[in-house]
Amino acid sequence: MSEKKPALWLRMYAILAYAYIYLPILLLIIFSFNSQKINVRWEGFTFYWYGELLHDQEVLLATRNTLIIAFISTIVSTVIGTFAALALQRYRFPGYTLAESTLYIPVIIPEVVMGISLLVFFAQIGMRLGLATITLAHIAFNIPFVALVVRARLHGFDKAIEEASMDLGANEVQTFIRVTLPTIMPGVLAGAMLAFTLSLDDYVITYFTAGPGSTTLPLRVFSMVRFAVTPEVNALSALWILTVFIVLGMSQMIQQRQK
Amino acid sequence: MKGKVQLFIIMVTLTILATACSGGTAKSTEVNLYAWSEYVPQALLDGFTEKIGIKINYDTYSSNEELLAKMQAGASGYDVIIPSDYIVSIMAKQGMMEKLDLNKLPNFKNVGEEFKNLSFDPGNQYTVPYQWGTSCMVIDTDKVTSPITKWADFWKPEFNGKIVLLDDEREVLGMVLKVLGYSNNSKDPAQLEEAKNKFLELMPNVKLFDSDSPKTALLSGEVWLGQTWNGEAAIAHSENPAIDYVFPEEGCTMWFDNLAIPKGAPHQDAAFELINFILDPEQSLLITGEFPYSNPNKAALDLLRTKDQEKYQAYMEFAATNPPADVLKRLYMIEDVGEATEMWDRIWTEVKGGE
Amino acid sequence: MMEHISAERTSLKIRLIKRLREDPSAQGIALISPTMIYLGIFMLIPLLLVVVLSLMTRGPYGNVVYRLNLANYLRLVDMLYLRILGYSLRTAAITTVACIFIGYPLAYYIARIPAKQRSLLLFLILIPFWTNFIIRIYAWIMILRTEGILNGILLNLGVIKLPLDILYTPLAVQIGMIYEFLPFMVLPLYTSLEKIEMAQLEAAADLGAPPGRAFWRITLPLSVPGMVAGSILVFIPAMGMFVVPDLMGGAKTILVGNLIRNQFLTARDWPFGSAASMLLLILTLLVTLVYTRKAGFGEELLI
Repeated sequence: MSEKKPALWLRMYAILAYAYIYLPILLLIIFSFNSQKINVRWEGFTFYWYGELLHDQEVLLATRNTLIIAFISTIVSTVIGTFAALALQRYRFPGYTLAESTLYIPVIIPEVVMGISLLVFFAQIGMRLGLATITLAHIAFNIPFVALVVRARLHGFDKAIEEASMDLGANEVQTFIRVTLPTIMPGVLAGAMLAFTLSLDDYVITYFTAGPGSTTLPLRVFSMVRFAVTPEVNALSALWILTVFIVLGMSQMIQQRQK
Repeated sequence: MKGKVQLFIIMVTLTILATACSGGTAKSTEVNLYAWSEYVPQALLDGFTEKIGIKINYDTYSSNEELLAKMQAGASGYDVIIPSDYIVSIMAKQGMMEKLDLNKLPNFKNVGEEFKNLSFDPGNQYTVPYQWGTSCMVIDTDKVTSPITKWADFWKPEFNGKIVLLDDEREVLGMVLKVLGYSNNSKDPAQLEEAKNKFLELMPNVKLFDSDSPKTALLSGEVWLGQTWNGEAAIAHSENPAIDYVFPEEGCTMWFDNLAIPKGAPHQDAAFELINFILDPEQSLLITGEFPYSNPNKAALDLLRTKDQEKYQAYMEFAATNPPADVLKRLYMIEDVGEATEMWDRIWTEVKGGE
Repeated sequence: MMEHISAERTSLKIRLIKRLREDPSAQGIALISPTMIYLGIFMLIPLLLVVVLSLMTRGPYGNVVYRLNLANYLRLVDMLYLRILGYSLRTAAITTVACIFIGYPLAYYIARIPAKQRSLLLFLILIPFWTNFIIRIYAWIMILRTEGILNGILLNLGVIKLPLDILYTPLAVQIGMIYEFLPFMVLPLYTSLEKIEMAQLEAAADLGAPPGRAFWRITLPLSVPGMVAGSILVFIPAMGMFVVPDLMGGAKTILVGNLIRNQFLTARDWPFGSAASMLLLILTLLVTLVYTRKAGFGEELLI
């Protein structure tokens, strides 16, 4: 964009906007150190709640569950979604429109409806609700998002490289692995990251497909916000934000390095 | 291509196997408890795992209806649930619970005689008592200076936006019906219509509906008075002695919560162990210690009397845990309203959703 | 005999591979089939079940009786439920518009500053985007409570005498929704603003157009794909939202999402809940169709 610096009022606005976005988060973090149990007024500084958190069995279990679900659903949905993106972006086949529409339904469908439909489905086939059902649900809503992101990347892809590779004697599979995949890899990774976040954060669909012992972190946080409103929730939130900060920061630095 | 598809199928299968498989015919290593939130002490759960060696997964719900809904969906995988009285009758009618072999529950003898064989489960075929209690008025006497003696007082204009009610249509509408002089289990459309309008009048005074942790709003000063369970009120009282539990003139709900095993539970042997463990007097006292509801376990109360005279006195004298006889006469129970549920639900949605 | 069969199999395999090699549409089908199979099982069939369920009846105990009837849909055509639907639409619309107004200048600013600062600012927008929304809502609960931070400050400064009653009102729900969805609007807006060719703006300036005019005639129209993508990302989830009304509305604000959830888990009227779900789904599809008709999906923004 312009080398000319943007107007002063715009700068002020941006500062205000960022303040609006971050103030609640900062307050949240500050109050995680509050010694007052019902956390209404500031009483004193303490690390107590962080200690409570690290001993909280339910939170640890929820974290473990959340990560397992996120990893598995990301891997599976990235593979399937990438193939779908390749299919839709580069080929024409009978049933193309049907396929494209089906693919995008989970993006459009309200989460409530999708969660309910899966609850009904699992009830019908008699499958017990638990980690498996949550994972299956997450894969379902992740596939279209991965496909969308990879498709966007494929837009500018020049088939010439692939054709060159084949001319030089490689077969389709070799070409795919050695030439195509590395080129679209940034898009695939972006899709995987998106899938991972969506899975990590999901509340609604998980709510309907969770069963005994399969609480996830979002479900647990919701419970904590509803019931035991002690600064422990703040501590958990603060740690979550910190983790996001570190992970994003690292990925940014890696990206900068690559440039 | 085929390889990838195969890989996918294998992964999914493995995932399903790894996570859905738990306790076949061998002795169970874990048991799934589905109960009210803030109702089963962690110390009891830990004690169970320590002494009996079985892991407990404790999931929570905040209303009977939620429990019933998950149960009716089927395939929920829970082994022990804690339904209230009227829910037990509904579930019994639909054959949703396993019959209890009382021989497997030797600690059942600890339950006081007056709590056995209750109307909703004669002969204790499906349930044994867990805790019982009442849902009455709770008042922050620091903020509310005029005396409050009946539910009808809630409608006073000075309480605009200062009341918390349970997020429970049976409790709230039942209370409104009682204020109008009708049964809290009314199926009469005319009475219900009247109750709806009365309820609408109350809405400006209602700050929020909360069945998860009503005491939070009280303790944080968000509300001044409300409707809640005796145990909640007792905990709030211990944090803020100005908070009182009051039995209104019109009476209020008396409820019994019970331990039951859903039909087709995957770890039934562990379920019996857990239930028996909970009925042990020492364990039962852990519940009373942390969640001061009323305890039907006579042996537990006897134990308390010998172990800790002071606490026993406190329990017996505190109206919230031990309602006096004249109050007991005014208490009423919730019963299933069957077909009329749709009417009740519609009124609930209409009043809550209106703005 | 065995050799015959295995020979048959091998030749079938060879034929399939040959077909895959040569026929592009076969390749396409092969690539898309895992998706179709998976979504067919875990999305289409469940939805179908909901449709079927919406035509069934509720038994006296909240179980499902398999008796066909349209009563559920007829029941929906009632002022009560239509009002809830209308309220949800209105809330989602306000959220979307507010996000556009609040987010546009911010996105514009980020798009205009030098690249180095830009990645930092984008990074700062991404953090809340990646943080669990329940946590961010809780932050607002802490602020808006009667004895919360906002009231604390205002009371101390003497700006107000009595605490403001914000939490557990529709206003709180609206604030919560806008806060939650803001990053979803800013990111697509930024992406589309960033793409606008400097050359065009410079040309306009050279030709004597004042900055305001350049903005209205060039920048704004070119950023429409961003607004559309952002609107889809905000409006649709906002329509089905039930968590924010639950947490910040004190269970007093009922949106369509809450209604559906209540039908399934409280009233235990699955057939009616299914009918309501269908209604929400159809509405969402209509809205999406209208949007994408106007300006595509905006996928080109997803880089």
